[in-house]
Amino acid sequence: MAELLRIEDLVVEREGRAILRGVDLAVAEGEIHAILGANGTGKSTLAYAIMGLSGYKPTRGRIFFAGEDITEKSVTERARLGITLAWQQPASFEGLTVREYLEIARRSGRDCPAVEECLALVGLPPTSYLGRTLNDRLSGGERKRVELAAVLAMSPRLAILDEPDSGIDVLSLEDIMDVIRRMNRRGTTVLLITHRDEFARAAHRASHLCGGRILKTGECEEVVRFYKSFCKECTHINEPELEKVGKDEGKR
Amino acid sequence: MKGSVERDYSREFAALAEVLERTGGDAAALRNPRIASLVVHQNRVLGLNALPGIAMDVDPLPDGIRAHVEVRSGVVIPDPVHLCFGVLPKEGVQRILSTFRIGEGASVQFLAHCSFPNAEKVQHIMEAELEIGEGATMAYTEVHYHGPYGGTEVLPKARIRVHRNGRYLSEFKLIQGRVGLLSLDYTVHLGEGAVTELVSKVYGKGEDRIAIREALHLEGPYARGLVKSRIVLQDRAQAEFTGEALGIGPYSRGHIDCTEILRGTEARASAVPKLIVVDERAKLTHEAAIGSIDRKILETLMARGLPEEEAVEVVVRGLLR
Repeated sequence: MAELLRIEDLVVEREGRAILRGVDLAVAEGEIHAILGANGTGKSTLAYAIMGLSGYKPTRGRIFFAGEDITEKSVTERARLGITLAWQQPASFEGLTVREYLEIARRSGRDCPAVEECLALVGLPPTSYLGRTLNDRLSGGERKRVELAAVLAMSPRLAILDEPDSGIDVLSLEDIMDVIRRMNRRGTTVLLITHRDEFARAAHRASHLCGGRILKTGECEEVVRFYKSFCKECTHINEPELEKVGKDEGKR
Repeated sequence: MKGSVERDYSREFAALAEVLERTGGDAAALRNPRIASLVVHQNRVLGLNALPGIAMDVDPLPDGIRAHVEVRSGVVIPDPVHLCFGVLPKEGVQRILSTFRIGEGASVQFLAHCSFPNAEKVQHIMEAELEIGEGATMAYTEVHYHGPYGGTEVLPKARIRVHRNGRYLSEFKLIQGRVGLLSLDYTVHLGEGAVTELVSKVYGKGEDRIAIREALHLEGPYARGLVKSRIVLQDRAQAEFTGEALGIGPYSRGHIDCTEILRGTEARASAVPKLIVVDERAKLTHEAAIGSIDRKILETLMARGLPEEEAVEVVVRGLLR
């Protein structure tokens, strides 16, 4: 498969502290690629840097999308190239209805499904939800489903899903994974950010992020095993003991 | 002038109806005999239609009108009562002195449209006394349409008393055209179990000056009130919001919620909460957010493909809706 996203030696600092410390990552077009890591390892920072959010501008390294260097591009420009992000904790919007939000997403996509279909796919009955506003009256779980629906409505080339499993009840996790698989079958490459190994197992490939570095990339099972064994034994807090895993692990 | 069907299809009536239609109102309602309505241009009553159960007595003043509106106890008015006020010339004064009495258990909704499309030096003064009876509900929505010149002074002042288990819901909107000067001053006195919600939405531009004071006097036990203000300012517009809550009744609850969005570097906004708890069992809270639009909100829309300027418009439109 052709490479869709390539990240080279990415360094992102926040308040003078390096959060990403030289991330190298390649995501193939058409795959679901999980970024697996414990809390505080820089997973969300990586998502925000790929999306180009303010405050997450790299101090070193490059990001390529479909062969094009997008490191200096704005959020809107990246979205129009076909990249989008579903936030772990989506924003509230006063006065904006679910329908309007989904229609905005639909406008910039290609071959986008109808908003009713997108809502139904994430398990929200359109008749009950299209007229509701995206304010605090939606529960966290409902808001996250709407966020996934917005990604579906946009039909992007690359969807960065930041912990789509958090705040979702256990019984619904498989439903959410079904949505992600469906999104993927429709042609969207998915960067799935999670700290749950059982969720990451649904991906085609995975990378383990720790201390702002990718320590391992490979088949899901292999990376999950590595994550579970390495992280359980590891005594550091986000300071990977690289000698334990080999110096070049982080570059794989 | 007693409430009866009186029709005046003057040019002023047509012009006010046209402005009403243009701003999303239902001008046909003003001519519908089954819908109560009152149309006033400066101090001339152009249309008045009262219905069984609702009386509207209107007397002209040299610079406006005096109106008494009364809804009989137990009467539920099914359709909103339309009130249409306006001054069409560039200059003028319109003073509306009004009293509203909503009888026990009655229910009524008012839609007031205030149009000053050509104002260069117009004063719109409203002084209102409202009394909402026990178990009664009154909703009052006031929508303004102002022209582009910023020459309107809007001075609404209302004292509202809501008796036991009554409800008073108010929304004031001034988002089309230039505000000019707005000085809004509402105080609601709430009896036992009474509920109120005061919402104001204003968009200031140019040199507009906005002062909003909304106060809840939670006098009865279990009285509840919410003051919610949404103000957007651009250019050199300035706004000051004062939200007051006085918790006298045991277990009364009051909340003040103010959001002011500044677009550009020259607009100025302030929010002043004043919470006074008299009974220790009362609970009063407030929240205020002043500044530019939250970056995460904008970037969420930008990540869906909107340019930043359009994302700002979407957020502002939603906030003022």
